[in-house]
Amino acid sequence: MAVSDPAAVHAVLRSHFGDAIGDLAGTRPDNAGTTVAPSAIVEVCRFLKTETGLAFDCLSNLSGVDYPKRNIIEVVYHLYSYRYRHLFVLKVEAPRDNPAVSSVAGVWSAAEWQEREVFDLLGVTFEGHPDLRRILMPEDWPGHPLRKDFVEPEEYHGISTSRESLLKT
Amino acid sequence: MSLTGFEVEIQREVDGGLTTEDMTLSMGPQHPSTHGVLRFVVRADGEVMKEAIPDIGYLHRSIEKISEKVGWHGFMPYTDRVDYVAAMFCNQGWAMAAERLASIEVPKRAEYCRIIAAEFNRIQSHLLSVGSMAMDIGAYTPFIHTVREREYINDLIEELCGARLTFNYMRIGGVAWDIPPGWREKALSFLERFEPLIDEYNALISYNKIYTERLRNVAAISAQEAIDYNLVGPNLRGSGVRYDVRRDLPYSVYPELDFDVPVGSGELGTLGDCFDRYMVRMREMKESCKILRQCLAQLPQGPVIAKVARNFKPAAGDCYVRIESARGDMGWYVVSDGTAFPHRCKIRTGSFAAMSIIQKVSRNLMIADLIAVIASFDLVAPEIDR
Amino acid sequence: MSLINTAPEMALTTKIDDFLNWTRKSSVWYMLFGLACCAIEMMQTGGPRADLDRFGAAPRATPRVSDLIIVSGTLTLKMALRTKVLYDQMPDPKYVISMGSCANCGGLFQLAYSVCDGVDKVIPVDVYVPGCPPRPEALTEGLIKLQEKIQQERWLVRKPVAANA
Repeated sequence: MAVSDPAAVHAVLRSHFGDAIGDLAGTRPDNAGTTVAPSAIVEVCRFLKTETGLAFDCLSNLSGVDYPKRNIIEVVYHLYSYRYRHLFVLKVEAPRDNPAVSSVAGVWSAAEWQEREVFDLLGVTFEGHPDLRRILMPEDWPGHPLRKDFVEPEEYHGISTSRESLLKT
Repeated sequence: MSLTGFEVEIQREVDGGLTTEDMTLSMGPQHPSTHGVLRFVVRADGEVMKEAIPDIGYLHRSIEKISEKVGWHGFMPYTDRVDYVAAMFCNQGWAMAAERLASIEVPKRAEYCRIIAAEFNRIQSHLLSVGSMAMDIGAYTPFIHTVREREYINDLIEELCGARLTFNYMRIGGVAWDIPPGWREKALSFLERFEPLIDEYNALISYNKIYTERLRNVAAISAQEAIDYNLVGPNLRGSGVRYDVRRDLPYSVYPELDFDVPVGSGELGTLGDCFDRYMVRMREMKESCKILRQCLAQLPQGPVIAKVARNFKPAAGDCYVRIESARGDMGWYVVSDGTAFPHRCKIRTGSFAAMSIIQKVSRNLMIADLIAVIASFDLVAPEIDR
Repeated sequence: MSLINTAPEMALTTKIDDFLNWTRKSSVWYMLFGLACCAIEMMQTGGPRADLDRFGAAPRATPRVSDLIIVSGTLTLKMALRTKVLYDQMPDPKYVISMGSCANCGGLFQLAYSVCDGVDKVIPVDVYVPGCPPRPEALTEGLIKLQEKIQQERWLVRKPVAANA
């Protein structure tokens, strides 16, 4: 029996994990979900994947969002179930100065590269990740570019990163 | 089986304590068969690969960061460059995300225009994929055939929106231009000519003995593996999973249209091998023709764009839009903070997922088969790196 | 009127450099160096309709046998270092066509943090082809411009002594 309604999924999670689960947020199926405490994320994900009636067998999307005003980086998990064709969203909030979240690469293989991307662009450390290194930017790149306060370096290996505009002369 | 000639000598050297070691080869970023700037670090024992480790990021153009700088309308041309082979879908994904955040109703005619443009784009993309796959395997002629037809679709789309490749056709709230007079007849006559050509391609290449021998049983991916690695689109359907966003999470006017979702059946080898993925694309072109005929027949009258403020500011919130691009389920996670600039835009693409499974499926393949695997995933470099 | 078998037996005279350049410009082999969007247009240029082969330009897979590198698309900083290596591998005389706005000056992606604004920061460029992306006709025009440049080069004939020397 499939538990497809986001409110029902949330209720199941609450009854299993208690305070580690936040309130239900979002109004549409594509953004309905909840926040999860960073320490519980792996267990919650494993539960969502294996529990009959939920069977979230696919991690569709894993992304990070920087919120400098709230001083957090949010890691967002979009889950999908091919079995029952339903969706759910999990969000984990990590402090901005030293963001660390447990890795879910052991639950879904798709997480491995997506976590590497979030590490590369936002600097979130995924604990327990098998191979956490930069994926898009070069190894010797300074900083994490998708952070709101990222400053572009003046030059990279002797190549300046700006160009004079011909229109202004 | 007894050894002969050269093999005897090799065996003698191995018995005599000759040690061999793995070769580490760097393949790319400039390589004629890697479909753009991809790089693999290949660890090989002779011709057999132990492992091919993908190295990406050579075309990382920071499109996600740019979205935070240029505003909602201004980002539309950049979406073209996310996947230049199938730019319409990226246009549509971005437009749908903005519309969902701002609760904008798109006129019916605009929806049909979008689907028509997108399905032509799908055929165009699959033609390039099929043609370049044949070229990578070693058959040059099919490439010329498919590029020839592609030019005709380019002409049609150019007449529709003025560009051949980076279309910038859709707008938040609709499409930029209505279908020009006489265009429908041209489109129909193209379909009339094109549909029999799919059978011609099948006769020319698909069931060619040399071609099928290169593809069948190579890099078979089970359905469970494909879901675990989040493969999407033809790569997922090649493994036998009947999932298509157009049908399972329908958007736009797809519920009104009748089409099949072709899946791989392992007809010449194992389920989910390179040949299955290839054949799914061939069959999808036929389905696209079917959708196009229906759309062109039912095209309603009316405006093609809703009224959207120039200074567009959607309500704060987030949304995750999925559309079925030529390379499968494309996800747009867009966060708005209620200002004139998006707070964050993350694009989840099919090629990125396909790239991540290569390290696993490439084990114990020949180096030449790696080319077939890359081609069968239909990788497009900017979609991986964005 | 047919011209076949009608010309008298004769010899043509030309300058040695002109002859050399004529042969060189008629067989410009370009390296397949597709970086981004423009690569698709470059493929179409080599395809059946635009048919770049008419001008003696044939695609090559490796820099070591190429005369021309068409930088088609956005050059990222990560790729810029490799591009220099590829250019250095080509035998002299070598030419560069920068195809598209991104390769010319960064184009749309001047806003980006990871893009090298213009290929001329890394390797010298002979012909710039504008457009985003340029049409196959534009790239063909670019090749013809390059052929004009090749035709004017002087390799064997002694250069005239400069007036102030």
